[in-house]
Amino acid sequence: MSGNPGAGPAHAAVQHEESYQPVFVGPVKARLEALFPLYPTRQSCLLPALWMVQEERGWISPRAIGEVAQVLGLTPAFVKGVVTFYTMYHTHPVGRHFIQVCTTSPCNICGAEDVVKAFLQHTGCGELGATSKDGRFTVIEVECLGACGFATPVLIDDDFIEGVTPERVPGILQGYK
Amino acid sequence: MGYPHPSHAKEQPVLSKYFGDAGARTVEGWVKRGGYEGLKQALGLTRDQVIEVVKASGLRGRGGAGFPTGLKWSFMPKEVTKPHYLVCNADESEPGTFKDREIIRWTPQQLIEGCAIAAHAIGAERIYIYIRGEFTAEYKILTAAVEDGYKNGALGGNVFGSGRRIDVVLHRGAGAYICGEETAMMNSIEGKRGNPRIKPPFPAQAGLWASPTTINNVETLAAVPHILVRGAEWYKGLCLSNPKSTGTKLFSVCGHVQRPGNYEVVMGTPMRDLIFDMCGGMRPGRALKAVIPGGSSVPIMTVAEVEDCAMDYEGIVAKGSMLGSGGMIVMDDSTDIVYQVMRLARFYAHESCAQCTQCREGTAWTTKILERILAGAGKAEDLALLLDLADNMTGKTICVLSDSCAAPVVSAIKKFRGEFDAYLNRMKRPVMVAV
Repeated sequence: MSGNPGAGPAHAAVQHEESYQPVFVGPVKARLEALFPLYPTRQSCLLPALWMVQEERGWISPRAIGEVAQVLGLTPAFVKGVVTFYTMYHTHPVGRHFIQVCTTSPCNICGAEDVVKAFLQHTGCGELGATSKDGRFTVIEVECLGACGFATPVLIDDDFIEGVTPERVPGILQGYK
Repeated sequence: MGYPHPSHAKEQPVLSKYFGDAGARTVEGWVKRGGYEGLKQALGLTRDQVIEVVKASGLRGRGGAGFPTGLKWSFMPKEVTKPHYLVCNADESEPGTFKDREIIRWTPQQLIEGCAIAAHAIGAERIYIYIRGEFTAEYKILTAAVEDGYKNGALGGNVFGSGRRIDVVLHRGAGAYICGEETAMMNSIEGKRGNPRIKPPFPAQAGLWASPTTINNVETLAAVPHILVRGAEWYKGLCLSNPKSTGTKLFSVCGHVQRPGNYEVVMGTPMRDLIFDMCGGMRPGRALKAVIPGGSSVPIMTVAEVEDCAMDYEGIVAKGSMLGSGGMIVMDDSTDIVYQVMRLARFYAHESCAQCTQCREGTAWTTKILERILAGAGKAEDLALLLDLADNMTGKTICVLSDSCAAPVVSAIKKFRGEFDAYLNRMKRPVMVAV
């Protein structure tokens, strides 16, 4: 998931890093520690810990990688290797609403690329991976979402929307401010 | 049943009987529909007795490989000297496949029951269900179902008063097709990059945290409670063509059919019946062109091959492809085979873990060459080059991801050569821009 993060969020990224506040304090720390007994090693909590960071901050910054490494007794280099392996972790800030359109063959033959075009047009993102100027949206193509019988499936944040057509796109976007 | 469509007369809904019925999601609702009887029976049997029943049923893995389930369970050590683990593979990501999602979405207790029976059979106390990160709604449903299982005695330290401990931990993936490969999945649970491991050692010897581990697919596990309740003979009898392929199978049908969806049929059902009868055939004015029958990793089939194909493990092999996961991609005569093969190659290039050179380079170059052909810049020797690359990508890597990229490419060149030649001979307008 590469692409230009856009001017607004990149600036936000710098600010974020300068005034970094730890994620794993209070209830978030407690949520992570509740997972420890479920696995024989601390390292096994790495994927869940990264999910918590992303839920709290919207993306996983270099400082957050350092914090996760410290909390789980790993090196930052190892954590970064894991973060960059999995496509759902954002390594740069994205729009408030992150839109993933499935374009793998089963959806592709049902017109998924037209759905992508509609999202790029109506969000003002212009190109894949870029964030709209108002910081509201980022659109990417995603490989198979596992809902091929309901082409075209689109994942907006945590909302899994089935059977999206170009015509439905403007109406769907109204639900995401 | 062919959710979201009503059940068709040619279907045999066993696992899918309660698709669309949200009342089946709780322990109470599942028990009302006859659920948890299989687990209660299994808890009264020894480990070996449960394995014998499943062996006798002929159940084979529904994730793609078709390995006999009871035999797989029997590889786990008899003496429990280290913790044993069951991993449920709910990382459904094979293009064309969307059956496990429906099982989780509608009947999470059916899955938990199957997991608990399997855990009992292999001497495990703890089950990790690895669910792909994109299944956000299913993750919530399964989380609620597990909590409900603990509240109602289906999970925890004393399952249904048997004294047996069975725990379920949900582990959420984060976007990686390769984590559906069993050894990559174990690395992912251990908090590592999802790189497949070299076998041996096999998971039953040294799996999760080097402990004996069994990995089963969602659909495989969901079938187990029914086998316990209704018996191995009943399950074995669900077979139309050949005794090596028994039971029912969920086929996810997508693409250019009138009614895409999940259809549960007895093994050996004619492919024609599924496509033209249950799924309503092609869209008006269109004709069938090709089918990829078992998820995108298997060879493509022509209309002639579909004609008299029996859908079971051996029947589809006889027609030059594989049953795989049962994810069936149906393409009509509007489909550009070359473009879709490029999209599949791009998928595998994106999803390669990049450990093995043949896969990392092979999937990327296959994609680039196909893009070049589609851009009208193909060279006369490109098809020979693609086949040569594919040869180097088959049977030479740690896992089968690169083989999976080669299969659709090789079969498409063999069976739809004219479509490639049309681009190569400049008889067809380019559909991509040369890079």
